Amino acid sequence: MSTPAVPAAKRRAKAGKPAKSERTRAEARLGWMLAGPAFVIMLAVTAYPIAQATFDSLFSYRLTTPDEREFVFLDNYLLLFTDWTFWRAFLVTLLITVVTVAVELVLGFALAMVMHRALKALRGVLRTAILVPYAIITVVAAFAWYFMFDINSGFINSWFSWVPGISAELDWFGNTWTALSVIMAAEIWKTTPFIALLLLAGLAQVPEELVEAAKVDGATRTQQFTRVIIPNMKAAIMVAVLFRALDAFRIFDSVFVMTGGDQGTEVLALLAYRQSISRLEIGLGSAVSVVLFLCVLLMCFAAIKLFNVDLASGTDQSQAKGKNGGEDQ
Amino acid sequence: MTGNWSRAAAAAAAAALVLTGCGAEDEVPVLTWYINPDDGGQQALAQQCTEEADGAYRIQTSLLPNDAPAQREQLARRLAAGDSSLDIMSIDPPFIPELAEPGFLAPVPQDVAERTTEDTLEGALAGAMWNDELVTVPFWANTQILWYRESVAEEAGLDMSEPVTWDDLIEAAREQDKHLSIQGIRAESMTVWVNSLMESQGESILVDPSAGADELETSLDSEAGQRTAEIIGTIGSEQLAGPGVASLDENQSMLMFQRDNGSFMVNWPFVWPATNAAAEEGSVDADLPDDIGWAEYPRVDPDTPAAPPLGGINLGVGAESEHPELAFEAIECIVRPENQTEYFLTNGNPPSSASAFNDPAIEEDFPMAETIRDALDNAAPRPQTPYYNEISESIQLNFTPVSGVNAERTPANTAQYILDVLRGERLL
Repeated sequence: MSTPAVPAAKRRAKAGKPAKSERTRAEARLGWMLAGPAFVIMLAVTAYPIAQATFDSLFSYRLTTPDEREFVFLDNYLLLFTDWTFWRAFLVTLLITVVTVAVELVLGFALAMVMHRALKALRGVLRTAILVPYAIITVVAAFAWYFMFDINSGFINSWFSWVPGISAELDWFGNTWTALSVIMAAEIWKTTPFIALLLLAGLAQVPEELVEAAKVDGATRTQQFTRVIIPNMKAAIMVAVLFRALDAFRIFDSVFVMTGGDQGTEVLALLAYRQSISRLEIGLGSAVSVVLFLCVLLMCFAAIKLFNVDLASGTDQSQAKGKNGGEDQ
Repeated sequence: MTGNWSRAAAAAAAAALVLTGCGAEDEVPVLTWYINPDDGGQQALAQQCTEEADGAYRIQTSLLPNDAPAQREQLARRLAAGDSSLDIMSIDPPFIPELAEPGFLAPVPQDVAERTTEDTLEGALAGAMWNDELVTVPFWANTQILWYRESVAEEAGLDMSEPVTWDDLIEAAREQDKHLSIQGIRAESMTVWVNSLMESQGESILVDPSAGADELETSLDSEAGQRTAEIIGTIGSEQLAGPGVASLDENQSMLMFQRDNGSFMVNWPFVWPATNAAAEEGSVDADLPDDIGWAEYPRVDPDTPAAPPLGGINLGVGAESEHPELAFEAIECIVRPENQTEYFLTNGNPPSSASAFNDPAIEEDFPMAETIRDALDNAAPRPQTPYYNEISESIQLNFTPVSGVNAERTPANTAQYILDVLRGERLL
């Protein structure tokens, strides 16, 4: 993980210089030639659909009444922002994002520490075991959780009937909060390994001598963790949080499988699906998709600019600045 | 090197010529039939009709998603995109107007229409029409009847040879602490139920289903709508359908009916072969089928005949199909009364043709066939409008959870909701 960080920083430093050598220009050309095809494909499969959706969102357009397509400018957006259905879906999405990312961060840290500190002999097995949930397809995982909790086929009510509030008659998917709890639990179970893996990479980057020095200075375990390990992992944590937050905000599969948006569990991606795919209202559905995209973009922007996360280098720019002698970015 | 390339290119071109030449001579037009999932009956019919066609065409099947709304989504998107592979489509009747209105369906030739609807049951025929024209060919027709546990009905003192009402069922379940098997899940089955309750009171959900989106009016905010909500709300609030009512679909309600606390159930005829199979397998009590009786769909008002739900599958041809004549020829083969009989016997889906019920084998396998046939005669289709999806989803949203359905508020709210959605004033 640390290897690519240094050349990337160096490359940026070189790019800042006014005159480029022939070799640098040749490298840049080669870079474009190598990355060009992928870049074009990316444009075709991402930029084009985004542009098309943005264009469609300005129309009242139903797939089964193509002749009645009409330019309505921002009316679709106006409808969204004045409708409680949209805001409820937005808030539910936000709630799922905040809760799942927070819990995953804590659990992911614990798992990363376990993997980091595990005996060498156990390390491989442990990492594989922890990664198993992440390797399972989301839809399959969602069905597994659904069948576990479903009042008709699930075993949870019977196994945990001794827990106050749980009985054979508890319909987990018949109430907003219980349904959301199961959805969030499934998400946390599924993606905590992802965060754990990113944090493990961050932990490996913390120089052992710093921890040793702290120990020599008499720092307690908590102090070592909060004063040495966490600050040195800031970039890894931010990358993990950002990636997971972006992913969590686009949640679809689990909600679709478990409740289909019933009981007030609808999320933005499902709202877009229902307008575009179920109602065949391409204009309205595109508007929801565009708003979802803008939210994700905003989160990305906020993380990169406000928290100084440098996704390319795997370190945060405040650290890079320190290493490069306060280079002005 | 150049020589090698030339030789390879020449060989490839020759091979292509030979292949296409052979293909052109032997090529049999392939008709793709998009089928809804069943027990293999449509696949068998495709094979049978291919053999009977004797090389005129070959039918291959392509499986659609499990539930009717998802089937509609796929068909509508393909049709809108001008997909020419949609030669034959199995379509759920309520979605037919939406596909017929923009001209996505090829017109049914007059002679085919006459031959295939000679003895079609009234309800099934109504579901195949749009704007007074036959736009699809009825294949099989489905309806719900009332299934009951004889022991429960006996203890309740109900004479099941006479029509019973929803109030009778509610009272019986309440007194004996049994569960009523209805469909309380937020799905199409909720609209099916609401529509039947409305139609059983002589009211339709829409005043004029053929009206445009801006002019559609609903009849939900009425006495009939309130009575509908009262029945659903009572079952929901008193937990008469059990604690898992929010996830009760047709299959789950059948499973609940099969348990010890089962009492009465409104459901499609598939439950009979499914229950018999379960009894044979040993997953339910072997004597259970002996305790099951059937009767006409429950009434809302004792003096007004019930209007049971109407379902089924009709066959349509895509407007962009490259072989519409052959497709209709194949459809004529598929929907022949004897094929409908066979399909009923093997897959449990009732025929749309009256004469298909005459086979004695039907009475043997489905002793309730006469009840089903009568129900099909009285069945009422769901609102036939191109905006059915919006109307159905609005009903599902407002009538679930059933425990929250209120006779005063729910019908009025649903009516307003439908109008707002159709006028583009709110999201669905």
